[in-house]
Amino acid sequence: MNLRELYQEVIIDHSRHPRNFHENAAANHHAEGFNRLCGDKLTLFLKIENDIIQDASFIGAGCAISTASASLMTEFLKGKTEAQAKEMFENFHQMLTLENPPASINDQLGKLTVLTGVREFPSRVKCATLAWHTLQAALTNKVQPVSTEEDLIEP
Amino acid sequence: MNTFDAKQVRLDFPILQQNVHGKRLVYLDNAATSQKPQAVINRLNDYYSHDNANVHRAVHALSERSTHAYEQARIDIQKFINAKDAHEIIFVRGTTEAINLVAQSYGRPQFKAGDEIIISHMEHHSNIVPWQMLCEQTGAILRVIPVNDAGEVILEEYERLLNPRTKLVAIVHMSNALGTINPIEQMIKQAHALNVPVLIDGAQATAHLTVDVQKLDCDFYAFSSHKLFGPTGIGVLYGKAKLLAAMTPYQGGGDMISRVSFAKTEYREIPHKFEAGTPHIAGVIGLGAAINYIKQLDLPAVHAYEQQLLNYATEQLLTISKLRLIGTAKNKAAILAFILEDIHAHDVATILDSEGIAVRAGHHCTMPLMERFNVPATVRASLAFYNSREDVDALIAGLHKVREIFK
Repeated sequence: MNLRELYQEVIIDHSRHPRNFHENAAANHHAEGFNRLCGDKLTLFLKIENDIIQDASFIGAGCAISTASASLMTEFLKGKTEAQAKEMFENFHQMLTLENPPASINDQLGKLTVLTGVREFPSRVKCATLAWHTLQAALTNKVQPVSTEEDLIEP
Repeated sequence: MNTFDAKQVRLDFPILQQNVHGKRLVYLDNAATSQKPQAVINRLNDYYSHDNANVHRAVHALSERSTHAYEQARIDIQKFINAKDAHEIIFVRGTTEAINLVAQSYGRPQFKAGDEIIISHMEHHSNIVPWQMLCEQTGAILRVIPVNDAGEVILEEYERLLNPRTKLVAIVHMSNALGTINPIEQMIKQAHALNVPVLIDGAQATAHLTVDVQKLDCDFYAFSSHKLFGPTGIGVLYGKAKLLAAMTPYQGGGDMISRVSFAKTEYREIPHKFEAGTPHIAGVIGLGAAINYIKQLDLPAVHAYEQQLLNYATEQLLTISKLRLIGTAKNKAAILAFILEDIHAHDVATILDSEGIAVRAGHHCTMPLMERFNVPATVRASLAFYNSREDVDALIAGLHKVREIFK
């Protein structure tokens, strides 16, 4: 277990000083993420015009991993199309959950690779993915809060 | 003279003799579940290897042996909590089921709209939700004793809440989230002055305190085996014989009847009418073995040792910067709940885990209490008698590591 891989300086920095950490009255897409077992909670605000995410911000409270992940995500999202955002969700998810993610994935993820270390901490993957699942919900304006605490009974 | 040697006792617990992530395991999650001594593991193995048979049913040798062991455990448990009679010991799945049994068998048939049930703000969800369900079913009202900043029930408020509409008081003996030991003997007396029965949630207390249900004079006492060094899936409801005898069964099935016809069924006497179906026989026998293991320790010395260890750990924790203890009651045991003001509990727990230290981070099934203290989650280190100063020192070193990583 490499703790420094998990808690890289970028992650500590983003958890201490989250970027785009505010509400946005002008947002036209919102969603809430809430992991009720651990208590991590966030609300995501997107302003999308002509298929471009003009602005992304969030508020909430959670652990370093979930806060840093949300902060890094909002940084990434600005200026992207919805399709690009969805593609990155897939990449991010694959990075954390696939046994052998394709090598090319790191190039696509760019700065978001700082969260790769979470792979080694299975109980914390849900912290890193909460913001991204909230993003998916925001794109469709889903009213119910989303959670990444899954039912542990495999189908 | 302390005749208790924690280092020696630790050797009785095989699971503790391992490394986790390359570090000596420091198990500080005893309030969630305790580890099992070799004596309990052996007893389960023996039972399944030699004696396994259903109880109370057959005349063959194995069934006689298993029935005898099962009923002997009931007697061992009766003596352990000093119940007057072994018939007052009912086997259930755990504390949660014990409380649900009282809610449904004692409360539901007789509580009416406007009746009141008193609990405290520090209850575990298992001593909140069954009463809320009962309130929904009967129209009864839940009243909550507030707690002060130290995490102690405010007795003046309790006194104010008790009134002629009060039908039951249900209160935790020792808080799982704070460690607070409630003054239940006094609270029971106050309730009895109004003829109100009292249920005690003893899930945490039985592993750390001497419990004497006759001295307490409580009407119901619920506890779980797995927090008392026994197997999971088994627990005990103690109830005064007179109350239990007047209650209707919680579940119907085999073993709880004296006579069944399609016209009418007669129930057996207590405790059997509350033990429908094949019980968790191995669990009961394992719990008996756990109690016999505990009883051969010098219990007053064990309790004194745990208190010293708690004091040591408290002093040491307070040397960590920006650490806030949640639960500073004058009378408390075994639980150290805290937050680091600038670091989330889950990050603390992950870093401690990498050092081989098992703690719990979260709301500890006490969401209303977490709100009371305005924290989303706490880190909880909970002690057992096999923990030592070495374990506490490892925890403190681990917290320094947390500070270093989050520098």
